[in-house]
Amino acid sequence: MGIVSPGFQGRPRRGDTRLPPGQYLTEGFPVLSAGPTPRIPTDRWEFVITTETGQEYRWSWADLMALPSETPTVDIHCVTKWSKLGTIWQGVSLDTLFTEVDSAADFALVHSYGGYTTNLPLEDLLDGQAWIAYRYEGEALAPEHGGPARLLVPHLYFWKSAKWVRGIQLLLTDEPGFWETAGYHNYGDPWREQRYQGD
Amino acid sequence: MTEGYAGLGGYDGYGYDGYEDGNALAGPLREIFTVDVTAATCRCVSCGRTGEVATLRVYRHAPGLVARCPGCDAVVLRLTRAPHAAWLDLKGTTALRIPMSEDAVSV
Ligand SMILES: [Zn+2]
Repeated sequence: MGIVSPGFQGRPRRGDTRLPPGQYLTEGFPVLSAGPTPRIPTDRWEFVITTETGQEYRWSWADLMALPSETPTVDIHCVTKWSKLGTIWQGVSLDTLFTEVDSAADFALVHSYGGYTTNLPLEDLLDGQAWIAYRYEGEALAPEHGGPARLLVPHLYFWKSAKWVRGIQLLLTDEPGFWETAGYHNYGDPWREQRYQGD
Repeated sequence: MTEGYAGLGGYDGYGYDGYEDGNALAGPLREIFTVDVTAATCRCVSCGRTGEVATLRVYRHAPGLVARCPGCDAVVLRLTRAPHAAWLDLKGTTALRIPMSEDAVSV
């Protein structure tokens, strides 16, 4: 079950300050799924940023692979209370994808293959905080973990890191996504324990 | 909420489509309704399929319960349970037909 090798250095112990309130450490990588797992062949995959004016910016899988990638090592925190520290990903920074995008929007609604959505402020996707990730611990990202590519926004609860990411819709007004319309917090900061609406 | 979920299809299995049938909703919905909602009939907004709530496909290895139509996979019902509130979303069903006992009407 373990994907991270036991010898991985620097893993903090339970009680470490890297663990947000109410969370416990896990060594596994639990699979959470709200529906059938989409299977998207990379030759049919594409990623689209749509601005508030309807302008579209598209990347094929080959386009994505041709962009410079980063290998962030990050802690991830699921709202169901597990946290996993020091996970290693590879992906393209959203700063790279947004360099050519012209928009006045403040909000983003992320869309996935399979119909999942999640919303967050656009500023939370920029400045080195978010990636389109396609490798995990050196391996191609498995479909059950959101492959071929998922959003990675580790500073928010992990439901914001949409699996099977297909696109980002930029909006002038905020629009709640799948879990945000079903009782979960609109922003989801694990350090402020923003799990449910009203937290 | 432990690691190593063992739904249908398995933790590391291919096609992790680990749903259960709608009877998995019985316990969580009994907290909210006095009737057995799994025996109610619902109509999928997306495809029009009509069937008992018990026939829905329930995904529970998620932040909330998600019940999908077995005909078209559209979300029919969602239930999120927080410590101090529950959210029940029924926008995927046009109506619930709940079988009632005639005795229950007469006071
Ligand atoms: Zn349907």
